[in-house]
Amino acid sequence: MRHIIEIDGLTKTYVGGFEALKEISLQVRQGEILALLGPNGAGKTTLISIVCGLVRPGSGSVRVGGHDVIADFRKARSLIGLVPQELPTDIYENVWNMLRFSRGLFGRKPDAAHLEGVLRSLSLWERRQSKMFTLSGGMKRRVLIAKALAHEPEVLFLDEPTAGVDVELRQDMWRLIRDLKDKGVTIILTTHYIEEAEQMADRIGIIDHGELMLVQDKQRLMSELGRKQLELHLQDPLAAVPSALAAYRLELAHDGRDLVYTYDSHASRTGITALLRDLGEAGIRFSDVRTRQSSLEEIFVDLIRKQRR
Amino acid sequence: MNVHAILAIYRFEMARMGRTLFQSIAAPVLSTSLYFIVFGAAIGSRIAEIDGVSYGSFIVPGLIMLTLLTESVSNASFGIYFPKYAGTIYEVLSAPVSFVEILAGFVGAAATKSIVLGIVILATASLFVDIDILHPWWMAGFLVLTAVTFSLFGFVLGIWADSWEKLAFVPTLIITPLTFLGGTFYSINVLPPFWQTVMLFNPVVYLVSAFRWSFYGNADVSVALSLAMTCGFLLACLVTVWAIFRTGYRLKP
Ligand SMILES: Nc1ncnc2c1ncn2[C@@H]1O[C@H](COP(=O)(O)OP(=O)(O)O)[C@@H](O)[C@H]1O
Ligand SMILES: [Mg+2]
Repeated sequence: MRHIIEIDGLTKTYVGGFEALKEISLQVRQGEILALLGPNGAGKTTLISIVCGLVRPGSGSVRVGGHDVIADFRKARSLIGLVPQELPTDIYENVWNMLRFSRGLFGRKPDAAHLEGVLRSLSLWERRQSKMFTLSGGMKRRVLIAKALAHEPEVLFLDEPTAGVDVELRQDMWRLIRDLKDKGVTIILTTHYIEEAEQMADRIGIIDHGELMLVQDKQRLMSELGRKQLELHLQDPLAAVPSALAAYRLELAHDGRDLVYTYDSHASRTGITALLRDLGEAGIRFSDVRTRQSSLEEIFVDLIRKQRR
Repeated sequence: MNVHAILAIYRFEMARMGRTLFQSIAAPVLSTSLYFIVFGAAIGSRIAEIDGVSYGSFIVPGLIMLTLLTESVSNASFGIYFPKYAGTIYEVLSAPVSFVEILAGFVGAAATKSIVLGIVILATASLFVDIDILHPWWMAGFLVLTAVTFSLFGFVLGIWADSWEKLAFVPTLIITPLTFLGGTFYSINVLPPFWQTVMLFNPVVYLVSAFRWSFYGNADVSVALSLAMTCGFLLACLVTVWAIFRTGYRLKP
């Protein structure tokens, strides 16, 4: 598998001494959607800003499409499109001119047909003559995405693409990201919404305090780190968990109609067999059984708690 | 060389200036006309000819230089300060463009605008007084050289400034006094020797003197020295910009 981005031992200490990135190494696969997940201040924006040339790296190396982002910045940068976290725009300029500017800046010949395609895919075509100050925040974000796509990049960075965005636009954004992936564009998005990473990403990297704590296939991450819960729907509600079953640390839910058992699906002994036997012996009968996997959010909180210890 | 990028920046900047075309032309034309009414007609009629040139005609080259300097500095400094302030600079900084290309776009646009203004003022002045241009090619050359040099200086200023106050500080407190004391309204030969020497430390004196020479053929200081001083300043600005982009000063943390 080809790696479109190779980050090796990257560090960044801002003037003033703040260590924003600590020895980050990360390979991004061509064509994947990688979500960088981490709380505010984790270093997500710093990381992508270094790849895009907006922040100077400390030590380590970054290559895009095999080109070093410093030594060979022209080749590296022409592969990249960036949608920043903030929404800076020239408010008196119209949408069409902004796009033409972006394309020119990246050294591409004018191509009205391509720009039209980009605008249409973002439902901006009707607004192409609108000045930026007449557009809503959501529309502005679309324009910034269109600008990033104006030069046909192979890698698209989306820094918190759905922060402060309404549900409708969020759905549109997700659809657009999938379309771009189908066209072979590699997408790196940062977010602190776990839901977003869960919905979109092929792989997830978790950053906290400037450290990349793990990068993993989403499915594997969820199953490997995931605790599972066994929910037993009882025929007769219970007022309390019988003391004979105390060792299982069961919880009652839904007014005593559900009994919830939490276990580690990867442990050699999950304890399910014993639990079911003991339940039978205690005369507890159930009408339904369900298992539930913990969400990324729970995984995330868990992971950070472990690291802090 | 990313020519598309240079053109993109240049056009974008020219379009921005185009939106405020009326203000940017009307203001200097008005102030120049006022200078002619006050100095040319009202006071000038009581002032003897200087080096065989009527006072009204004498001040024309200096007035053009004055506008060229202030406009170049303010256009270029605003041109780069504003995207920095608004955050839109991210796009230029993350594009496959070198600092030479960024400079060519921004400084080229700022210089173009001040050259256009210089020509407009020359045209306005010719409505009030007689103007000879003995060395038109040199005149054009000095016009372009000054516009480029001071646009470059404005560019440095715009990068250095991290507040609107600082952006206004240098033009108001340094450029304007230097231009007023730069021999626009008098020949420095009329000053006592001591002040003549002091004046030689004012770079504007060289600009105005050489520019006036290209009109009327007489100069306060030697034309070659003027040319050398201006080119030296241009070089100093270029080295500064090079250092800025090398270190990321105020642009890349
Ligand atoms: N230009 C800067 N100078 C100093 N510190 C900075 C600068 N930019 C960001 N930081 C600090 O670096 C840390 C990481 O910031 P950032 O990369 O923006 O995090 P995230 O995008 O994950 O929220 C934060 O603590 C932030 O305050
Ligand atoms: Mg951020």
